[in-house]
Amino acid sequence: MADITEVWVYLSASPLLFLTLTLAAFQAGSWAYNRSGHKPFLNPVLTAVILVVGLLTLSGTTYDTYFEGAQFVHFLLGPATVALAIPLYRQFDRVRRSALALITSLICGSLTAIGTAVGLGWLLGASRETLLSLAPKSVTAPVAMGITEQLGGLPSLTAVLVILTGILGAVLGPPVLTLIGVKDWRARGLALGTASHGIGTARALQVNELAGAFSGLAMGLNALATAILLPLLWRLFF
Amino acid sequence: MLSALTLILTCQLIGELVTQFFGLPVPGPVAGMVVLFALLVVKGSVPADVGAVADTLLKNLSLLFVPAGVGVMAHLGLLGQDWLPISVALIGSTLATIVVTALVMSRLARANNHDHGEPHNG
Repeated sequence: MADITEVWVYLSASPLLFLTLTLAAFQAGSWAYNRSGHKPFLNPVLTAVILVVGLLTLSGTTYDTYFEGAQFVHFLLGPATVALAIPLYRQFDRVRRSALALITSLICGSLTAIGTAVGLGWLLGASRETLLSLAPKSVTAPVAMGITEQLGGLPSLTAVLVILTGILGAVLGPPVLTLIGVKDWRARGLALGTASHGIGTARALQVNELAGAFSGLAMGLNALATAILLPLLWRLFF
Repeated sequence: MLSALTLILTCQLIGELVTQFFGLPVPGPVAGMVVLFALLVVKGSVPADVGAVADTLLKNLSLLFVPAGVGVMAHLGLLGQDWLPISVALIGSTLATIVVTALVMSRLARANNHDHGEPHNG
């Protein structure tokens, strides 16, 4: 009979274990979220991340080992982003009708995201590298990392800040939007996509397809807007 | 189903090639979204199987962020150095962005709805 350590070594060398762990943790997160009557802080992504980080830390597994299995889930982010064309197409009449409002709000949101992140960080004495890594935090990870790298920040820190921003937006966004009385699905979706990229879009899509379409579009446009605006603003102020 | 998945992956591949080749500041999959959108406009409708595959992917979109989210564990030290400015900036800025974007959009979109059917400049 095999030793338990041998079984562990065997299992952790194949993608099966960590792929299954990722799905199971997310299922547990979704179960808790549904059981609680959709309490925002029980966001399934947040719960799943905490569960997986806890289990990996307890078992002394590195992120790289985990990612060898989890990469199959991660890979699907690409095709899923492409698939955002479908809700966008289905709702395109309504997107086109509010195009001017959409572009104006998006630019206001993009500037707010950059300005407040750098401003608050600077007031509280963050280092220059941290400020540069914070600046594109509302933008989808690959673009945010590219911008940070170009300006001399830390791309790996940016990736983490982007994910945390996404989770924060998905958790805090819907209750805050309700609090300030914004009921328009277009505005709710646009705000979630601009502030918290794909994770916000995933949240918007769960509630309403129109919100999802605006959110997915906002995610793409904010990536473009920030990639153009941030380097210009940075040179202007620093 | 398989042909729909092939179509989506092909759009992503075209997106990756175009962004790399022209050095565009958007990620390949976002460019792929534009490619697929353009194809749908040309075709004039969403083929049933493409719609089904897309809906399945998007219904589970949250799950796909878990592996990247777990990446936080590899950077806890880095986060710890500047934890106060980082947490205040993340929470404050995320809330400010959501509030500003939503308020501007709901005001402008409402104004737009009132104008509906009337010519307006812009």
